[in-house]
Amino acid sequence: MKGFEYHKPQTVKEAIDLMEGLENAKYIAGGTDVMVLIRQKKLAPNCLISLRNIGDLAYMETEGGLRIGSAVTHNAIAKNEFIQKRYCALADAANKVGSRQIRNVATMGGNICNAAPSADTACPLLVLDAKVAIVGKKGEREVPIDDFFLGPNKVALEAGEIVKGFNMPAFGENTGSAYIKHTRRQAMDLPMLGVAARVTIKIGGSEVGCKDAFCTVDSISNILKKLEDENLVCEDVRIAMGVVAPRPIRAKKAEEAMRGKVISEKLFEELGEIAASESQPRDSIRGEAWYRRDMVKVLTKRAILKAVDRVIRPDDTIWPERLW
Amino acid sequence: MKKEITFTLNNEKVVVEVDPKWTLLYFLRNIMEMTGTKEGCGYGECGACTVIVDGQAINSCIYPVLEAEGRKIVTIEGLMAKNGELDPLQKAFVDEGAVQCGFCIPGMIMSSKALLDEKEKPTEDEIKESIEGNLCRCTGYVKIIDAIKSVAGGR
Repeated sequence: MKGFEYHKPQTVKEAIDLMEGLENAKYIAGGTDVMVLIRQKKLAPNCLISLRNIGDLAYMETEGGLRIGSAVTHNAIAKNEFIQKRYCALADAANKVGSRQIRNVATMGGNICNAAPSADTACPLLVLDAKVAIVGKKGEREVPIDDFFLGPNKVALEAGEIVKGFNMPAFGENTGSAYIKHTRRQAMDLPMLGVAARVTIKIGGSEVGCKDAFCTVDSISNILKKLEDENLVCEDVRIAMGVVAPRPIRAKKAEEAMRGKVISEKLFEELGEIAASESQPRDSIRGEAWYRRDMVKVLTKRAILKAVDRVIRPDDTIWPERLW
Repeated sequence: MKKEITFTLNNEKVVVEVDPKWTLLYFLRNIMEMTGTKEGCGYGECGACTVIVDGQAINSCIYPVLEAEGRKIVTIEGLMAKNGELDPLQKAFVDEGAVQCGFCIPGMIMSSKALLDEKEKPTEDEIKESIEGNLCRCTGYVKIIDAIKSVAGGR
């Protein structure tokens, strides 16, 4: 392995100044991507600039929304009770990245800046309307997450810029979110497909009726049948999909088709078709394109219903905990 | 190019000169000659190199040695008492017959040790989650989980 210098700046400014003055330098956060690439000889930097010891990047603020510093680890996110309750999709995703050892060091900033089409935390950020806070030589700026991803491993960062964190708005009690990662094994696998959803609902019928519909081990279609009587309106929705395009994408046409509609089996059928038509999956070692496209239909439905379930039954001790 | 760093290794303070390109694993095995920690894949996939840094299990094969500065590191060698007595967790692995070829076991024990330090009575799901990043090709995991459970008082 080729040698490199290793710098450990204590502030963001120090890091940016270092990057400007050094040749062939690379930022490193948790290192679970960068160190692997170096060991595989796919990356040969002269210097690494560690972002791990910068206190200013390790914040987590929950007042009036959610602001997470880029150097916060996946484990800290997954185990945070506020995120588990109010930003479920993000907790779902952070808890599914790699293994415990990886989650203990890998940062969310790293996961997003590496910008793999399969990045688990990308889909939740897309549905949670996150903005990326960026800091560079010229000052600070904010970019909506949807504009941040440019392609595989490409993001809208200019030379020397650092992602400071991710800002998400606050959502009301009638909003829920979920992320479903479709893999061949439970851990240490990249998703074959990842789908996140966020819904804001309005119950036209009775709340108890909705609770009843979900408190069952019945099939999804039977749940939907019961829900139809309750006039459950989807006021707002976001759907994001990973691994179906060169970058994580929003299913905007499907969102449009769902907004303002009453939730029903038929609606989900239409929705699935639209979302599948918006995906452009390819064959890979993890799964074939046709299978992925089919699973988009299944998982958008499940992710949305999982999010709805979380609004209707926010108490996590409630029976039964469905395997959405 | 070498830098001097200070950190705690198995409850002892060490001051050493390290090369920035070393990983923590390389340092442990080749400089400290503590070969209990294994190198499996070298890419953070298999967990054979797991050590505990500041109470958290990490893959030492992709952990830059310079990040160890000022931190507390515990390896499999640090679990045994000075008089040679094994840690209860190590004993449980022996008693339950959780070891076959043994290559993954230092990592398995460090991962579960981190869990038990954090939580006295973990659930079976938490035990499984703690070792999800440790691959074992011999045992089928059942006896490993049994061994961890027996220490956690979960049976």
